[in-house]
Amino acid sequence: MSVLDVDVTGRTFAAADGSMLHAVGALRFSLEADSFTCIVGPSGCGKTTTLRMILGLDHGFAGHVRVPRDGAVAAVFQEPRLLPWRTVEQNVRLALPDARRDAPLDELFDALGLAELRGFYPAELSLGLARRAALARAFALEPALIVLDEPFVSLDEPTAERLRALLLALWRARPTTALMVTHNPREAALLADRILVFGERPTTVVDTIELDVPRESRTDADVAAVAARLRVDDIEP
Amino acid sequence: MSGRAVPVGLSVLVLLALWAIVAVLIDDNSLPTPAAVGASLVTEWRSGELVFHLGATLARVVAAFAVAMAIGSAVGILLGTNVTVDRFVDPWLILLLNIPALVIIVLAYIWFGLNEAAAIGAVALNKIPNVVVTMREGARALDPAFDEMAKVYRFGPWKRLRHVVLPQLQPFFAASTRSGISLIWKIVLVVELLGRSNGVGFQIHLYFQLFDVATILAYTFAFVGVMLLVEYVVLQPLERRGNRWRPARA
Repeated sequence: MSVLDVDVTGRTFAAADGSMLHAVGALRFSLEADSFTCIVGPSGCGKTTTLRMILGLDHGFAGHVRVPRDGAVAAVFQEPRLLPWRTVEQNVRLALPDARRDAPLDELFDALGLAELRGFYPAELSLGLARRAALARAFALEPALIVLDEPFVSLDEPTAERLRALLLALWRARPTTALMVTHNPREAALLADRILVFGERPTTVVDTIELDVPRESRTDADVAAVAARLRVDDIEP
Repeated sequence: MSGRAVPVGLSVLVLLALWAIVAVLIDDNSLPTPAAVGASLVTEWRSGELVFHLGATLARVVAAFAVAMAIGSAVGILLGTNVTVDRFVDPWLILLLNIPALVIIVLAYIWFGLNEAAAIGAVALNKIPNVVVTMREGARALDPAFDEMAKVYRFGPWKRLRHVVLPQLQPFFAASTRSGISLIWKIVLVVELLGRSNGVGFQIHLYFQLFDVATILAYTFAFVGVMLLVEYVVLQPLERRGNRWRPARA
């Protein structure tokens, strides 16, 4: 039973000058429960637009998107999008439904190294820490589907690497279905069970790569091989 | 603290000294000395008149302020988020912005009688368009990124208003509070002068007829003192609390 079914036939935007931009072509894919899927593709090909359709933030497309009927959908946006006037902990709790407002979060904050920073305001955090808080907010919800839009972009590589490890640890401890957009072929090769390669605009799924080697036993060579295959498909590093 | 207190105290002392010198040189009832104003202040305080009339004016300021901020904010947010309603209401707003305070007050008294509701309503109506314009700008500046976050995380309308919308409007609210409270107390005085039988405005009218400048100034300074107290004891601490999430500026 799939958690998410996307069957979009197209998405067109009207530009300010009246011209039409055909952003997304026919898109068809499903996500199996507790799978980790990455979307890679050239800049501006409509990856973020696809995520917005799934999140219910874009309604102007033709076709259907079926999201989990019961069970929440969480998002980690490109920017952390934390409310600057609320503390880290308040930001996380506000995202919870009222019934779970007082849920214990100690373990989650510990896992993300945020235990001491719960009372801090987002402006007092570095970008890397703010991104951790955004991850905490998403995982605290215990969502049926988590959508991540380049969550580690514009971080230095060691920080991004640490956050990738944290994301994997969180996802293993709290299994859920994950869909992540990334520009980084190595990141996709490290994290995903399956990679959907999007083509140029109007985008379609031009290739699907199943990663058969389990994540834990992937060697550097395995990762490099998949990353190289993605680069050949003309995706920016 | 003491480093700042000294120049401020000095500045006030110099002003008082200048005033005293000019008053002594002119030697006329039209400009009493600071001491004479102080004496009037004490007399009015002892008789209980000062407290009574200050209280009446302050109550009207608070009532008119609350009405103006509540209605002005609600209308401003509506106009800032709904283009159709904004286009429709905008001409009314421009009209209201440009009607002189005095005309609104006189018409309110003629149409609704010389009563408290007409007085407070007239003051509030003078302030509402300014609040609407400021809050409309605030609502136009709302960040859609936060709105999307609230939508994804299924914030209800109340949660959204309290944690997403109002904090973004806080600087605009603070701006209209600041400009509003001083404007309102000045208009309250006119309302009292024209149609009330108590309040600072009424007393100033009375002592104008008696040509008692010392008491007029005593009432003026007393109320300015009250407003300073409101500024330092209520407004500034509230604003600091509202802004504590902002990174400190160098």
